[in-house]
Amino acid sequence: MKYILLIYQNPAAWENLSEEERNRVFGEVDSLMAELTRSGEWIGGEGLADASQTKTVRVRDGVPAVTDGPFIESKEQLAGYCIVECETPERATEIAARWPDARYWAMEVRAIMEPAGEEM
Amino acid sequence: MNAPPGIEDVLRELAPQVLGPLVRRFGHFDACEDAVQEALIAATVQWPAEGVPHNPRGWLVTVASRRVTDQLRSDEARRRRESTTAMLALPGDAIAPDRDDTLTLLFLCCHPALSPPSQLALTLRAVGGLTTAQIASAFLVPETTMAQRISRAKQRIKGSGARFEPPAEGERAERLGVVLHVLYLVFNEGYTATSGPHLQRTDLTAEAIRLTRVVHRLLPDDGEVAGLLALMLLTDARRPARTRPDGSLVPLEEQDRSRWDQDAIKEGVVLVTDALARAPIGPYQLQAAIAAVHDEAATADDTDWRQILGLYDLLERLAPNPMVTLNRAVAVAMVEGPAAALDLLATLDADQRVVQHYRLAAVRAHLLEMTGDRAGARAGYHEAARRTTSIPERRYLESRADRLRGAR
Repeated sequence: MKYILLIYQNPAAWENLSEEERNRVFGEVDSLMAELTRSGEWIGGEGLADASQTKTVRVRDGVPAVTDGPFIESKEQLAGYCIVECETPERATEIAARWPDARYWAMEVRAIMEPAGEEM
Repeated sequence: MNAPPGIEDVLRELAPQVLGPLVRRFGHFDACEDAVQEALIAATVQWPAEGVPHNPRGWLVTVASRRVTDQLRSDEARRRRESTTAMLALPGDAIAPDRDDTLTLLFLCCHPALSPPSQLALTLRAVGGLTTAQIASAFLVPETTMAQRISRAKQRIKGSGARFEPPAEGERAERLGVVLHVLYLVFNEGYTATSGPHLQRTDLTAEAIRLTRVVHRLLPDDGEVAGLLALMLLTDARRPARTRPDGSLVPLEEQDRSRWDQDAIKEGVVLVTDALARAPIGPYQLQAAIAAVHDEAATADDTDWRQILGLYDLLERLAPNPMVTLNRAVAVAMVEGPAAALDLLATLDADQRVVQHYRLAAVRAHLLEMTGDRAGARAGYHEAARRTTSIPERRYLESRADRLRGAR
């Protein structure tokens, strides 16, 4: 089963981390990614630019309206994601718990839909 | 591999017959497996251009042996700078195949030290002769991820100390069980209906049937091997009727039975009938027998549910499992009515293995619909739709709920 791990950060709080703390986060992420690659569980992932760079698009009556800023106003914003394939949901949760952002903010674990289905 | 289909079939058939003798000759399963893969790829390039060689297996053995010896020699040279060791033996002109090589390879690839995804990947590459790219695309993961799984699987085998030899007599039955389960998983991976951009997946169903046929040929007296092959054929026979052109699922009772593959049904029925008559009974044979009863009914109304119920009773005694109970409940509903089936389902509510599973909610919704509780059924289908992680299943369950719209 594939899971997307959504990485939530508080941009203001991130800025207040010391450089040493930020470097520790980067280091942990690097070694976790390398470990997941070795185990064959890593499918992919990316970091996202700061939430202030977001455009939100709505189409109403056929007319697109583009506004600056994220769809959901919140202190915590999506900062990145990774996709892993795990044998159990517990394993996906375990990976999320080791992601450093989970210590400061939160990780969300969502199952990814499959394109195949069983006969009913 | 992108060779013409005829050549690709030959290569896939030959893959284990080249790898087996190589591993017996040189040891080093890891290096030999890589070498065979390279030889197969070389053949897909050269054979269409230069013609298929007179002795295709000999050609592959020669090319792969050369690669293995090159590889081992360079490893040896590196080691020799530090100490002196004996020269490697060179390959003889002919390395004879052994009829049990393929089986021994299957046992090795399905070694219990490996996780199921690794067993599947390694089996498809080393025994099935598929490339890493083909396996990756079939499992919808990047090629680098699949390559990593395969190389990790090979390291695990090395680390476990497993050798290229049949398992000891005492553990043979258990190990064969793992092999059959891996083939069953490959089949299921391919059987589940696909839609949208993923229609191009490598046909894992056909590959699972092909490999199971090979095992059946090697072990013709094993009832469970025959049962598994029958189960695959009898299930795959319904494939043409199982989905609509838009990829949506058609439930068994609504399928156009004239589109079922009658040859596959005939072959499956003969296999399972023969196995049940002369081998100890087993779960694959029983599941095949159930599939045969469905496939032999001219219309959904003609289905012999009493016989299906009897078979599920046996299956549940032989291999108790909440999924079997769930399927048995459907048969109970058809024979004794939905109330009895709902009572049976209630026994699963405390079972942690299925309580969150969409199928429990879906079966309950179906039974409630039979009792006339339309509102309860609709809520159940919605609950099942929220729980499934499959797009076509969610679509199907939502459409069942829609049919009951307005129910209160």
